[in-house]
Amino acid sequence: MDTDQLIRTLAADNARRAQPVGVLLAFALLAAAPLSIAMFFMMLGVRPDVMTAMHNPFFDLKFVVTLALAISAMIVSLHLSRPEALLRGWGLLLLIPVGILAAAIGSEMMLPQRLPMMTRLVGHNSRVCMTAIPLMSMPLLAGSLIGLRHGAPSRPAVAGAIAGMMSAGLAATLYASHCTDDSPLFVMTWYSIATAAVAAIGALAGSRVLRY
Amino acid sequence: MRESEDEWTGLMRAAISGNDTAYHRLLKAVTPVLRAAARRGLARAGQPVDLSEDIVQDILLAVHLKRHTWDANAPFAPWLFAIARNKLIDALRRRGRRIFVDIDDFAETLPGEPAAESVPANEIAAQLQSLPARQRDVLQSIAVDSTSIKDTAAKFAMSEGAVRVALHRALANLTAKLREQ
Repeated sequence: MDTDQLIRTLAADNARRAQPVGVLLAFALLAAAPLSIAMFFMMLGVRPDVMTAMHNPFFDLKFVVTLALAISAMIVSLHLSRPEALLRGWGLLLLIPVGILAAAIGSEMMLPQRLPMMTRLVGHNSRVCMTAIPLMSMPLLAGSLIGLRHGAPSRPAVAGAIAGMMSAGLAATLYASHCTDDSPLFVMTWYSIATAAVAAIGALAGSRVLRY
Repeated sequence: MRESEDEWTGLMRAAISGNDTAYHRLLKAVTPVLRAAARRGLARAGQPVDLSEDIVQDILLAVHLKRHTWDANAPFAPWLFAIARNKLIDALRRRGRRIFVDIDDFAETLPGEPAAESVPANEIAAQLQSLPARQRDVLQSIAVDSTSIKDTAAKFAMSEGAVRVALHRALANLTAKLREQ
């Protein structure tokens, strides 16, 4: 087929146009979310004292941090789905959850605490945290990669890593309602390790499936 | 140079709002620029320039299937050249070259050397055979025999909608096969 023939054919196909990547990503995430939520209720469930825990600002802050991660990573993912997009500048958005977490650690330091710092950091649930967050992330990561395949990222591994962070942020939001470790020091340590693991899986998967 | 880029952006906006003629004109206008850039890139990588037409077709397919990622408020040329650069790097990587793509290859829109129309493209033709029969028939009818969608529908006793679907699937499949090879 010569190039003129190809061009004529592409012009004949002009009427068919795909939805914006954001729409497809939203649908894919909505389809994947019930799986992660089902995993959450089968494996973990909400902590029994959730009604009292809600009055603890450090319990609530966990959701602010995880949702800030999920939302900022989603915005960066959508930005990176354009071929000419660079991470530069936009990557700073990912510092928002880090900043919130740092502020939370700072304010916890100012308040009198019953437990020493290392005890709060180590917590009781680190192993569950590091297993449950990556596991519950997997359906969301698969969904987000399917959605992002409609994009055209110039660096598929980076785009995949950010999709991993978004999935980990969403899974961690579920997990946070189960976990009784509310110290921001615990979140900084174990949630970050879990997020990094999912980001690494996302980078590996992305470098394969997000090429266009 | 600036003017032609502005013209491209205008044509692409028209294309997206449903103007097939504008789309055809746009693809015709960018092709010599892409061809010249692909030849420069290949020459720089020490590869035979007769691969250029395959790269050009690869770029055109990607432009077509990914055009929903173009922001209609942004200029068209940077988006186009980002795809072109990506496809050139891909082509060189598939041939096991160390990648050294100069940004400048895709930074200027001056059609450099005269287009070498005689160079044949082989990859699409080779992959054509691996498409499902119906998709291949429709694609061949429209691309090679230049039959309209309407007449193709009549020829294969399909609805026009089904022809459009088959054509689009054929192009998407072809792109996937080129990527996997």
